[in-house]
Amino acid sequence: MAKSNTGGIAGIWLDDHECVVAAGKVREAGFKKFDAITPFPVHGMEEAIGIKRSFIPYVTFAFALIGLGAGTLLQVWTSSVSWPLNVGGKPFVSGPAFAPIMFEIMILFAALSSVVALFAICRLPKINPPVIDPDLTCHKFAIFISSEDSGYNAERCEQLLKSLGAVEVKRVAHY
Amino acid sequence: MSTVTRNPLVLGNKSYKDITDDILAPVEAPPGKRWFALFLSAKMLFLFYILHIAYIIATGMGLLGVNHPIGWGTMIITFVFWIGIGHAGTLISAVLFLFRQKWRTSVARSAEAMTVFAVMTAGIFPLIHTGRPWLDFWLLPYPNQRGPLWVNFRSPLLWDVFAVSTYATVSSVFWYVGLVPDFATIRDRAQTKLRKTIYGALSLGWRGSARDWSHYEMVYLLLAGLSTPLVLSVHTIVSFDFAVSMLPGWHTTIFPPYFVAGAIFSGFGMVVTLLTLVRIGFPQFKDYITIDHMEVMNKIIMATGLLVGYAYGSEFFIAWYSGNPYEVYAFTNRAFGPYWWAYWTMITCNVVIPQLFWFRQFRRSIPVMFVVSIFVNIGMWFERFVITVTSLHRDFLPSNWGMYAWSWFDTAILFGSFGMFLTIFMLYLKFVPAISIAEVKPVLYVGKKRPNHGGGH
Repeated sequence: MAKSNTGGIAGIWLDDHECVVAAGKVREAGFKKFDAITPFPVHGMEEAIGIKRSFIPYVTFAFALIGLGAGTLLQVWTSSVSWPLNVGGKPFVSGPAFAPIMFEIMILFAALSSVVALFAICRLPKINPPVIDPDLTCHKFAIFISSEDSGYNAERCEQLLKSLGAVEVKRVAHY
Repeated sequence: MSTVTRNPLVLGNKSYKDITDDILAPVEAPPGKRWFALFLSAKMLFLFYILHIAYIIATGMGLLGVNHPIGWGTMIITFVFWIGIGHAGTLISAVLFLFRQKWRTSVARSAEAMTVFAVMTAGIFPLIHTGRPWLDFWLLPYPNQRGPLWVNFRSPLLWDVFAVSTYATVSSVFWYVGLVPDFATIRDRAQTKLRKTIYGALSLGWRGSARDWSHYEMVYLLLAGLSTPLVLSVHTIVSFDFAVSMLPGWHTTIFPPYFVAGAIFSGFGMVVTLLTLVRIGFPQFKDYITIDHMEVMNKIIMATGLLVGYAYGSEFFIAWYSGNPYEVYAFTNRAFGPYWWAYWTMITCNVVIPQLFWFRQFRRSIPVMFVVSIFVNIGMWFERFVITVTSLHRDFLPSNWGMYAWSWFDTAILFGSFGMFLTIFMLYLKFVPAISIAEVKPVLYVGKKRPNHGGGH
């Protein structure tokens, strides 16, 4: 992913399908550090750009296990070690009775860790992120090629994006 | 090869820009007179609620109808009622997402908002019902100087604390994550500095890069996958509050699925009530929340209504089949004892009236579905009243029998809680896009031909 203060060239499309096709062609042209900016997740864009499957599920799974362990330890330790209290003659470690809270804490950890992982990966929150075009969150679709890409050449990129049907091509100082 | 044509999910000849304009119109324009009228009425009711809650906290729980032998009253009944309402929102936003039901996109935002607000409304009741709400932090297992003395993890009431708080947290986070791209849309269209700053902060600087979307969609799927067992667990655990006790009428194994079906039933009732009103208030939403959407929800109301009706019958059968005289008495007393009117109100509203939805013209009629959904709401409140009060009011010894002493304060907190819910919901309609913009755009061409492109995909 391009660093936050590098420039590049952005092409803008008005149709999501054309933008996906163009993204595939940009990739075929040998570019690696390019990205699409779209108002909604466009079907097929990940394959066109070559984005790998998100690894967040592993984070979720790890934290689900941690949550399950934490919920178990909290209940077992408080009920049988810290202050063993006889409630209605039930065993100090009442497995079935502990299941609901073990489950709830597992879900809580898994859900919150997934969202925290999302924020960390997407570097959210961002303060005043650069705006290529304000309509990119409404009805326009952009492909951005970073100036850091090995094959980058401003004229060549402009040509390429225009030939792929971009209605507008912009030089962007900050991405 | 034959092609299956579906009804379009978005009516009219819209472009992506039209969708943004339509959905953001209520957020960007100053509110109309009708919005103010409804908001102020809701707010008056909310203030009325706050005053009565304050009076109850200052004076004591004795102001309500709870007494011996009926220790659980309006607070618990209305708590279960509101928690149940919330379940339809999660069902629409999470379960239908996992089942790839594309129609959910137009209604998911408002349904999920309803969940969050209903859980907020519900959460207040058990906290006040403790009688000394200033000591409610005792519900949490925190290290203290009394030993430390811990909470009793074997109690269903404590399970409820964890279930409801987890549910409130995860639903709010799920709802907010869904809102982030839409807040970014508002930010980028903002005409004033204030709006840009506020929505910019709420959007967390979301940009919509393909890599971000890839992770975002994964997290959305994960949250849906986690919310699905969560929502089933929450009402299961709420039903444990009753089912784990030894009281005839409560101590039944059917309670968890019965409560979950009832929760979804009541929640869809409330979704239909709210969305019929939203469609009247914002006519441009009729192209997104179409009659087809309403019809599908009415089908779910009928299906879950039948499940609930089956549970009512099953309870009676098992009471008879168990041969336990106390169990038989509890149920006979429910239907033919002093609270017969509550029982038959419940049956009429929940089992009889939704049968109207067998007929297509009723399923697709806005006035009919509005009236039926109101009956469903009333019926489901009565279901919780019947379960709570009729089981408690006559237990094993006739010397221990009594009636619930319904007071003015019971009425006040029951109706007042709607003031709280509607106040928050009205603010939501004004300040938050009531339909998910980023989720509706991808389904724009479902059941339609794309312009400039032959066929769909």
